[in-house]
Amino acid sequence: MLKNYLKITFAVLKRRKFFTFISLFGISFTLLILVVITAFIDHLISAGYPEINRDRSLYIEKMMQQDTTQQGMQSSPVSLYFIHNYVLKMKTPEMIGYATYPNTINAYNNQNKLKLMYKYTDENFWNITNFDFLEGKPYTKQNIQNNDFVIVINDDTRDKYFGKGVSVVGKTMEIDNVNYQIIGVVRGCPVTRICVASDVYLPYNTAKVDQTKQSLNGSYLVFLLAKDKKDFPVIKAEYQEIMKKVPLISNDKWFKPNKASSTADTYVGSFLSQFTHSDGDTKKQYLYMALIGFALLFMSLPAINLVNINISRIMERASEIGIRKAFGASSKVLTYQFITENIILTLIGGFIALILSVGVIYFINNSGMINYADLTINWKVFLVAILVSLIFGLLSGVYPAWRMSRLQVVKALKGGE
Amino acid sequence: MIKLKNIEKVYRTSTIETLALNAINLEVGKGEFLSIMGPSGCGKSTLLNIMGLLDEPSKGEIIINNETIQDFSDKRLAHFRNQKLGFIFQSYHLINDLPVLDNVELPLLYRSASASERTQLATEALQKVGLSNRMKHYPSQLSGGQKQRVAIARAIVGRPEIILADEPTGNLDSAMGNEIMDILIGLNKNDGTTIVMVTHDENMAKKTNRLVRLFDGTQVL
Repeated sequence: MLKNYLKITFAVLKRRKFFTFISLFGISFTLLILVVITAFIDHLISAGYPEINRDRSLYIEKMMQQDTTQQGMQSSPVSLYFIHNYVLKMKTPEMIGYATYPNTINAYNNQNKLKLMYKYTDENFWNITNFDFLEGKPYTKQNIQNNDFVIVINDDTRDKYFGKGVSVVGKTMEIDNVNYQIIGVVRGCPVTRICVASDVYLPYNTAKVDQTKQSLNGSYLVFLLAKDKKDFPVIKAEYQEIMKKVPLISNDKWFKPNKASSTADTYVGSFLSQFTHSDGDTKKQYLYMALIGFALLFMSLPAINLVNINISRIMERASEIGIRKAFGASSKVLTYQFITENIILTLIGGFIALILSVGVIYFINNSGMINYADLTINWKVFLVAILVSLIFGLLSGVYPAWRMSRLQVVKALKGGE
Repeated sequence: MIKLKNIEKVYRTSTIETLALNAINLEVGKGEFLSIMGPSGCGKSTLLNIMGLLDEPSKGEIIINNETIQDFSDKRLAHFRNQKLGFIFQSYHLINDLPVLDNVELPLLYRSASASERTQLATEALQKVGLSNRMKHYPSQLSGGQKQRVAIARAIVGRPEIILADEPTGNLDSAMGNEIMDILIGLNKNDGTTIVMVTHDENMAKKTNRLVRLFDGTQVL
């Protein structure tokens, strides 16, 4: 029986080429977009090279000072002064590291100008992250204490500045009119991992700024590495205790803050704090709800299209239904037949989507649109999407199939009038 | 074998009621070859459809093999059609997406027959109608007469006791019509199949055991 269902399914799909194309296009394109979008979201928020500890890290990425009387507000990353005097005193994290957001600078190789991203970090940055050192090693506490002008660069910068694959440890590189000695070369990471991505990494003490300046606002983000993510509430609580003791500081005579706030949050939470003011877990829920809502809305469009196509596809087969009924098919058997057809159609669509997704993701990873991009298919999302498509396929197929299977044979034979 | 008691069929629309069949009482005996004749629109096909359980009467009783059909569930009705009845239609009603062999196998698909058994029986049925060399063809590749022979093969493949044929020669030229008629007579005489045939053609009707005439939904002969 199943073999016959399959035979008739493929015959129908082959006969109605345009409808088959529209159906398959709807299913596969929807799944493709979902898979690519979730691959991007995964790429942005999940732990990946070299931030493998993202799942057990909290981030302090913003300090907000407010003057509630004047409704003034100042918000920026935190300062070295704040980190050294307050954050580093925390007891609950396993490790604390910090780095600036990437900035750009020009470097010159003979007459060639290279625009490079650079980042100042402390020594713990290299322990919290898991960069692959292709050559050399990271700078240490000792280097920082000695005020060594040493840097770590990524392989892309090495290739552009010195030539592909050459050994560069011990060589010097001039950046912003200062000569630095290269101490290590790392495999680069995509720029979308903004907390850790850079072309050049420099020890924070080599920055040409007054590092002792008393200010809460600066240009650093802090990584608080927990032993386990179960420790997050304790770490967050300790950080809030510290925030209560932080004196308000302003170097601006026009801005006199009376309130300072800052949170230690998960990566997703701090990413979403741009859009909402609720706490991390609620934000995560919002994100997932928004994503699920978006996915359902997105998938409902081809589903409606499928319902239409299915109705017209089944209606035009009224005569076949009549013939089958005349020769002994019951309504139940006929309904099963149409459901099988829909399932097969959806599975073919899913298979096409899978092939297209692999192709598109391979293209994105290799096109250079995002340097070092390492997008992967989220199988969980793909399977859920296939399942949802199947449900939509079934719903859209069952009703017309059920209706047609209940037609009187003589009416069905006349084309269902 | 088939007993129709006081059958009435009324077609209703929002504005009009049409009486298609009026108080039809008819009995068809086992092994009989009966033809139904009458002018267009007199209710011949409606009567045949009711006999074949393809349509429901508005009133009356259908008894086949001493079983009253009206009380049958959808599943039992499907089973009954599959086991006892075979149909031949004027416009053949083959499934164009399937090759000839699969079309003929169709009634066996709804029985517990294995694939090899189905193929064997369908091949035999096609041999009987002289079309064993067209098994892999599609209906669109056949002539009208060939299509009707495929339809006959499909009707007989399950060895039903009753065959209901609605103008089986209506779309064919006289030579082809005679060929089809010879096959039906052979089935009746050799296999003892009960056949009820609707026809416009007096010559074809003469070849059957008995003739029933309808006029405006009423049996006149």
